[in-house]
Amino acid sequence: MIVFSQVTKRYPGGHEALHEVSLTIATGEMVAVTGPSGAGKSTLLKLIAGIERPTSGTVVVDGQNIGRASRRAMPYWRRTLGLVFQDAKLLYDRNCFENVMLPLRIAGMPAREAARRARAALDKVGLLERERAMPLTLSGGEQQRLAIARAIVNRPSILLADEPTGNLDAEYADQLLDMLAAFNRAGVTLVIATHEPKLIQRLEPRVLALRNGRVQA
Amino acid sequence: MRGWLTQHRAALGLTVTRLGSAPFATLLTALVIGVALALPAGLYLLLDNLARLASGVSVVPEITLFLAEGGDHRRAVGRALAERKDVARFRFVGRDEALRDLTRRGGLDDVVASLGHNPLPDAFVITPRDTEPAALQTLQAELGRLPGVASVRLDAAWAKRLAALLALGRDAVLVLAGLLAIPLVAVAFNTIRLQVLAHREEIEISRLLGATDAFVRRPFLYLGAIQGALGALLALAILAGALLLLGQRVEAAAAAYGSTFRLTGLAWRDAAVLLAVSAGLGWLGAWLATTHHLRRP
Repeated sequence: MIVFSQVTKRYPGGHEALHEVSLTIATGEMVAVTGPSGAGKSTLLKLIAGIERPTSGTVVVDGQNIGRASRRAMPYWRRTLGLVFQDAKLLYDRNCFENVMLPLRIAGMPAREAARRARAALDKVGLLERERAMPLTLSGGEQQRLAIARAIVNRPSILLADEPTGNLDAEYADQLLDMLAAFNRAGVTLVIATHEPKLIQRLEPRVLALRNGRVQA
Repeated sequence: MRGWLTQHRAALGLTVTRLGSAPFATLLTALVIGVALALPAGLYLLLDNLARLASGVSVVPEITLFLAEGGDHRRAVGRALAERKDVARFRFVGRDEALRDLTRRGGLDDVVASLGHNPLPDAFVITPRDTEPAALQTLQAELGRLPGVASVRLDAAWAKRLAALLALGRDAVLVLAGLLAIPLVAVAFNTIRLQVLAHREEIEISRLLGATDAFVRRPFLYLGAIQGALGALLALAILAGALLLLGQRVEAAAAAYGSTFRLTGLAWRDAAVLLAVSAGLGWLGAWLATTHHLRRP
């Protein structure tokens, strides 16, 4: 369960991205965070992932106060999350397999089991045959699928996707959202930030509309 | 434990790949470190050889007892010396023998002949058991009080001066090495900082995926240590080259003096210390560089 209480985030320079936001996302829920660019969608996701800390208020996930977590504790918190970004944030000097292996190497998993899990994740996103390919030789949709494989390889309980379909055309975008929805059906809490709510409507998520850093009623 | 080993192996593999992908830069950095290390190491080697040369000439100081003229003190003094535990050996040199020795060795025949009589006293040459400066001083003083002894000479003054100079030289090497350690760390810091910047994106992504500071640091620490070790190997190669060049000349010069003295290189133990210290300094530079990067907001 993700609970925001009176969360305000002000960036250095004075820009207020979120203003006294309170919300609750239940475990296993699918939530679409919508709103125009600059509404605070990315900031909301970053607060959950501990990439940013709230200026005031608390962000509590499964009983842990993420906004107050120590620097040392943060890496271990991140390992329980799956993160997907608009730019896939892949490592372009390593092949697909190595990209998916990265979270498992970070977690210190023995190589044999890690390789088995990485292949299973690649298989789930339909990229098993391309495991030796370098990311730059993949299409935009394939790169985003690779990013999803990397996000789910350590079996996260929460999947955070920031504009995952931003760079894709409609057909690829549908395919990708279906993939994310499948993980949600398997029990993973899914939070997708998007400025195109139309694309995601058919999956019937709960919609959290943001405008100027406030949740719309 | 196995996971930990796996991580270290992976980090080391990554480091070697990175070094191999930029061989020229790797070599250049190692060369800078190597030259910086060769300086104090070479000086150390020079002092080491000098000390060996000095010890070959006379390790054990000798004490000469000159007996008073007139009267036969030889037997009494000889008995007193035989009873002393701090005297290892002693030998009597009669005045006639001393004169013969002087004319034969010194080429002073004319001078001696012009004197008309033998000006030299009888003497004992003593090898003390304990060569510590303090013990020698006491021995010298006590021997001087023996009846029939006119004066005592300790032939250790120059050896003491040389030892002091060598000790001074060793301190200078230490200071020089300490000073050169600073630019060494700086070189490692700068090289690793560039590497960190080149892999900024990878670091950022790794941290988003839950990498600890230790995980991010590890390949860079290996990089720093390996670069330091490569530098030390180059320094050893430079020393070996210099030794090869100078060795023959030194041997020829020593042969001319009737000596079999040869230059020796660094002992295995010293080479290992050099390697370890250099790797350690590279590691330190890398640690500073990565920490500098990671602590930024």
